[in-house]
Amino acid sequence: MSTGTSGLKRWYVIGAPYLWLLVFFLIPFFIVFKLSLSEVATAIPPYTPTFSWSTGIVSFLSQLDFQNYSFIFGDPLYVNAYLSSLKIAFFSTILTLLVAYPMAYGMARAPKSWQPTLMMLVILPFWTSFLIRIYAWIAILKPEGFLSIFLIKLGLISEPLQIMNTTTAVYIGIVYSYLPFMILPLYASLEKINPSLLEAAQDLGSHPWRAFWQVTFPLSLPGVFAGCLLVFIPAVGEFVIPDLLGGSETLMIGKTLWTEFFNNRDWPLASAVAVLLLLVLIIPIVLFQRQQEAEREAAR
Amino acid sequence: MLWLEKAARRAAYSIVVATAAIAFVGQGAQAEEKVVKVYNWSDYIDPSILTDFTKETGIKVVYDVFDSNEVLETKLLAGGSGYDVVVPTASFLSRQIKAGVFQKLDKSKLPNLQYAWPEIYSRIAQYDPGNEYAVNWMWGTTGVGYNEAKIKERMPDAPVASLDMIFKPEIAAKFKDCGIYMLDSPEDIIPVVLNYLGLDPNTTKPEDLAKAEETLLKIRPYIKKFHSSEYINALANGDACMALGWSGDILQAASRATEAKNGQVIKYNIPKEGTQMWFDMMAIPADAKDVDEALTFINYLNRPEVMAKASNFVQYANGNLGSQKFIDESVLKNPAVYPDAETMKKLFVHLTWDNKVQRLTTRMWTKMTTGQ
Repeated sequence: MSTGTSGLKRWYVIGAPYLWLLVFFLIPFFIVFKLSLSEVATAIPPYTPTFSWSTGIVSFLSQLDFQNYSFIFGDPLYVNAYLSSLKIAFFSTILTLLVAYPMAYGMARAPKSWQPTLMMLVILPFWTSFLIRIYAWIAILKPEGFLSIFLIKLGLISEPLQIMNTTTAVYIGIVYSYLPFMILPLYASLEKINPSLLEAAQDLGSHPWRAFWQVTFPLSLPGVFAGCLLVFIPAVGEFVIPDLLGGSETLMIGKTLWTEFFNNRDWPLASAVAVLLLLVLIIPIVLFQRQQEAEREAAR
Repeated sequence: MLWLEKAARRAAYSIVVATAAIAFVGQGAQAEEKVVKVYNWSDYIDPSILTDFTKETGIKVVYDVFDSNEVLETKLLAGGSGYDVVVPTASFLSRQIKAGVFQKLDKSKLPNLQYAWPEIYSRIAQYDPGNEYAVNWMWGTTGVGYNEAKIKERMPDAPVASLDMIFKPEIAAKFKDCGIYMLDSPEDIIPVVLNYLGLDPNTTKPEDLAKAEETLLKIRPYIKKFHSSEYINALANGDACMALGWSGDILQAASRATEAKNGQVIKYNIPKEGTQMWFDMMAIPADAKDVDEALTFINYLNRPEVMAKASNFVQYANGNLGSQKFIDESVLKNPAVYPDAETMKKLFVHLTWDNKVQRLTTRMWTKMTTGQ
C-alpha cells in the first residue's frame, strides 16, 4: 500500500513538468506548425484550411503542404535575417559577458554585508518597464541627446555622435537590457568559490592573474555558460530593441516575422519563419538544459 | 511603434474616460448599463466628445487605441475582437469587408448621414461600394512636412510644394544631414511615387513598380529612418527636418513644436504633383455585441457640431459637409487640411492590393529599406 502511494506521488512529480511542457510548449508549437503548412486566405481567420469535424481529418491533412518552407529557402532574405540575428546575438552576448564579469566578480568579492544591496542594485532596473528603459536610451543616444552633449562639453568630440538608429545602438540596448541575466548566474557561481582555494594558489606562489585564470575562471564556467545562453537565446528573437534603437538596415528575424504577419498578413509564412527560428534555437536551448542538469547532478 | 509611446497616455486616457462614464452612468440607478467599445487611432479624438456623449445618452464609452492598421487588422481577422466600433483606413477596410469582418450599417439609425459630403463619399465608394459598411471619421493626405528654418538654411529656393524635395536625389542629398524620415509603409509611399513618375498610382504592372523601386533606391541613402509614427516627435523636436508622412501627424508635430516653444517651425504642403488621399472609416464588426449603441455613437459623431469639434481638435478634414460651418477658420481655410477644388482634383485614392501584389511590394520595400 505504502509503495503504491509513493509510486503515485512519484508519477505526479515526474508528470508535472511534462504536463507543463505539453500545455505551454508542445501544444502551442503544434498549432504554429500546423498553421505553417496552411495557405493565406481573405477570411476570418486569414488562412485555409481550417479544421472542421464535418469534412474530416483526412481531407484537412491532405490540404497541408510544405510550400511555405520552400519559399523561405528560395529567398535569401530569410536566411540572411537568421544569420544577421545570430551574429548580433553572438556579439552582444560576448559584450554582455565582458561587462558583466567584472561586476559579478566585484559583487562576489564585496563584504558579505554589502552583497544584498549590490544584488538589489542589479535587480532594481526591472522595477521600471523595459520599454521605458529602451525609450530612455533614445534620449541618451540621439544626436542632440545626453551622451553627445556631455562629450561635446568635455571637448572629447566636436560633432554629435551618430549612434542612434544604427546597429551599434542595438548592441548597446541588448547589452544594457540583458545585463542582469548575465550577472546573476555569474555571481551565483563566483560566490560559491571557496576563497581558501585562491589563498592556497597565492601561498604556492601563483601571481593573482594566474590564480584568476587557473582557479576562479574555470570554477565560474557554469555561470558563464548559463549567463551566455540566457542572453543569447532571447537576443536572437529580439524585436523591440532593433525597432526602437536600430536603423532601417538592421535586419533581424523578429522584424522579418513581424512584416510577414502584419504587412503581408501571411500568418502561414510567418508561422513557418517562427518554426525555423525555433529549430535554430533548439541547439543552444538543449545545451542549456544539459548544463543545468549537469550542475544539478554535481550539486547532489 | 506608437503604441509603445502611447501606453502611458492611453492608461491615463482610459482612467479619465472611465471615471467620467462612471460619474454619469452611476447616477442612472441600477438599470442595465449600456456600453459601446470603441477602437480608434491614438491621439485621434477630443476626449470631451466622449464624456459629452455619455452625458447625453447614458452609454458608457470604453475607448481603446491602436497606432497601425496592421495591429487592428490582425485583431479583426483573428475574430472576436470584442469591439463595437473600429476605425480602419479605407484601403484596409475594403479587404476586411471581403473577409467578412463587418456588418452592413442600418442607415435608418444614422439620420445624421444627411450631412455627408458627396464628393468624399463617392471616392470612398471605391473601397466600400454603395457606402454600405462604413462612415467616414477623418480624411487626409500624404505629403511633405518640413522644418522651415533648416530647409531654408540648406537650400534657400527649396521646392517645398513639390515631391522633388524627397524624390530628386540631388535635392534630397542636401538634407541628408538634418534627417529625412519616411512612412514605413509601401501602400502609402509606392502609389505616391508612381503618381510622381506620371504612372497610374494603382498600377500592378511589375515594370511600373520596378520604376518606383528605382526612384526609391536612388534616394535611399539620404533617408534616415523609415517609421510610421516616430516622425511626429522627430519633426517637433528638431531631430528631423523633413518627413514624407500623413497630413494630420505633421500638423500635430507643428502644434507640438509651437507648444514646446523650441523655435522649430514645421510646415506641411500637399505636393503640387498630387498625392494619395486616405480615409479613416468607422465600421461595426460582424460579431459586435452592442450594435445599437455603436450606431448611436456613430450617429452622434456625425452631428455637425460634434464633427466640427473633432476636426478642430485633430486638425484633419472630415467627410461631413454640414460640419464645415462650425469648423474654426484656421482649420477650414488651411489648404493643407481642406484643399481647394483645384488641388482636390489631383488627389487620388489607392485601391487595395491583392495578396500577390502585396507580397511583391512588401518584398520590394524590404529590399529598399534593408538593402537585402
